[in-house]
Amino acid sequence: MKPLLLETYTATSCIGKGTAATLRTLLERRSGLSICRFETVDIDTHIGEVAGVDEARLPEELFKFECRNNRLAELALHQDGFFDAVQRAAERWGRRRVGVFLGTSTAGILQTEMAYRHRDPVSGALPASFEYGSTHNSFSVADYVRRRCRLHGPAVAVSCACASSAKVFGSARRMIEAGLIDAALVGGVDSLCLTTLYGFHSLQLSSSAPCRPFDVARDGISIGEAAAFALLERVPDGCAGGEVLLLGIGESSDAYHMSAPHPEGLGARRAMQAALKSAALDPGEIDYINLHGTGTPSNDRSESQAVTSVFGPTTPCSSTKGATGHTLGAAGALEAVISALAITHGLMPGGVHTDEIDPTLTAYYIRDNRRAPIARVLSNSFGFGGTNCSLIFGRAA
Amino acid sequence: MNLSAYVGGLGVLGPGLANWQQAADVLTGRQTYRPAPTVLPMPTILAAAERRRTGRVVKLALGVASEAAAHAGADPSALASVFSSSGGDGHNCHELCYALSVAGREISPTRFANSVHNAAAGYWSIGTGAMVESTVLCAFDASFTAGLLEALTQIVVDEAPVLLVAYDSEYPEPLHTKRPIPDAFGVAMVLTPEPSASSLARVDAALTELSYDRMTDPDLEALRTSFPAARSLPLLRLLAARSDGSAILEYLDVSGLQVRIEPCPCP
Repeated sequence: MKPLLLETYTATSCIGKGTAATLRTLLERRSGLSICRFETVDIDTHIGEVAGVDEARLPEELFKFECRNNRLAELALHQDGFFDAVQRAAERWGRRRVGVFLGTSTAGILQTEMAYRHRDPVSGALPASFEYGSTHNSFSVADYVRRRCRLHGPAVAVSCACASSAKVFGSARRMIEAGLIDAALVGGVDSLCLTTLYGFHSLQLSSSAPCRPFDVARDGISIGEAAAFALLERVPDGCAGGEVLLLGIGESSDAYHMSAPHPEGLGARRAMQAALKSAALDPGEIDYINLHGTGTPSNDRSESQAVTSVFGPTTPCSSTKGATGHTLGAAGALEAVISALAITHGLMPGGVHTDEIDPTLTAYYIRDNRRAPIARVLSNSFGFGGTNCSLIFGRAA
Repeated sequence: MNLSAYVGGLGVLGPGLANWQQAADVLTGRQTYRPAPTVLPMPTILAAAERRRTGRVVKLALGVASEAAAHAGADPSALASVFSSSGGDGHNCHELCYALSVAGREISPTRFANSVHNAAAGYWSIGTGAMVESTVLCAFDASFTAGLLEALTQIVVDEAPVLLVAYDSEYPEPLHTKRPIPDAFGVAMVLTPEPSASSLARVDAALTELSYDRMTDPDLEALRTSFPAARSLPLLRLLAARSDGSAILEYLDVSGLQVRIEPCPCP
């Protein structure tokens, strides 16, 4: 593929609002996970909650989009000067020439969960104030962001579970390459809700402790929330050097099971191989792998096998989910931003909360931060339904 | 880059529409449209255990996808796919929201796994063994056109065949009042970068600021507006007529998608 420029990017998660706070937390090897006290949830688990989400205010004319997910999007759009950079891009290219591609798994379904608790006792009807299309529907966050940023290009939500906001880079890349747009606002937004907290609990896939990816005692995920965005453009002539580029994308399907990964990580392997092929890179040219690394026994086992089968046992890799939690549909975009920070600041973030690496996992998992020049990073995202996406980012020469 | 592709096979299911051939007869006026509850086929590509877990929306998506792949004579395991739906499985969503609203909050793990928007795509991949790329989109009422746009950009950029599947089915009450999709409607098409013996027509597409076309028949226009996937009807009418023509498909509030159809010489 033709490389694309990450003109600007931002992330908001439990480890920080904006890239400076995110980087500081990673450098200090801290975690943003805490005991779950979210809403009315009564589960013994840890979560990655973003402080102050419900204080974010949507503009009055977009009041019908009011929900936690869109508030989180609003909060994140205004970090790192991202909103202003999007406006400059819209003025440079024209509002019809900037598209919006956002990943989410549950959008604003929390709004519906709350509405169901306030059904009319006689008719069973939901409250009149409840808005479906602008909160619950998966498109709501993409629609909110396009209206908020006044962008008139193509817009869509990608909802492929936990691979959603990695796959948006693929949709945006094709749209730019086909010449329909000149710039793309890509990213992912997923916020805490009862469906995912109780859902992963019902599958016995969430841990009561902070998640411990690749640990011998790992026993599940910690659910987090995040919004992360990037502005993608073609690489301009006379690139100064040092900028972060999207170099490759690989997508695949497991064709195996709805909620369990392929035991040998066959789909994951295909996604990583396809990403390398699209970037025209050899495995040895990847300096660091940001793993999907959820901390479930099965994900980490199959991902480790897949990584080792492609890269061998010497490429440093880690999961940042011990710090951020698993932000589900936002994870791909959040970890794309972390990959960009890794490249820009020469940081391989060691996996936090992992005390004893599972000796049966052969991938080279790092627990301590490493400072070293990083030219290229591969980032993995996998989801229910057996959907896989690997992204490769690199530094412009 | 010109956004163009060849349509190699179609599948349709909807109220009073049992397959593409019948839909084509209705759309060309050879048959009068008589709305009737959508009849969904059993997804025979799934093993019995999986079949039991699938709801109406999965049967709908797999039904039209299977018809389109068979009509195109394509190996489904080799087809990249774009699934697009406004709401996924409404009944499953209702059951989860209801369970979360009552004491105990006991929810079924299978229901939770099936709640992902990409459930139908996941079952398609499991049933056909397709390990190639597959994406799942939502653009509310613009979901069909967003899916077509995504499929066409895949065709012209990646130069490989794509299966497009757009499908929507109902929510039960109380969500039904808030999102009144009346039944189930789905459409699937196999799109290829080059013509083949099974190509029906060439389609060229471009974004436009002009307003979208409606169906002249009131029942068909009601169908078009009732289901996001039925926003495809002006395109399906052109494909059924097997003659040159163009139409503007409803998309976002600021744009539509103009499609031009040129039938292939070989049927």
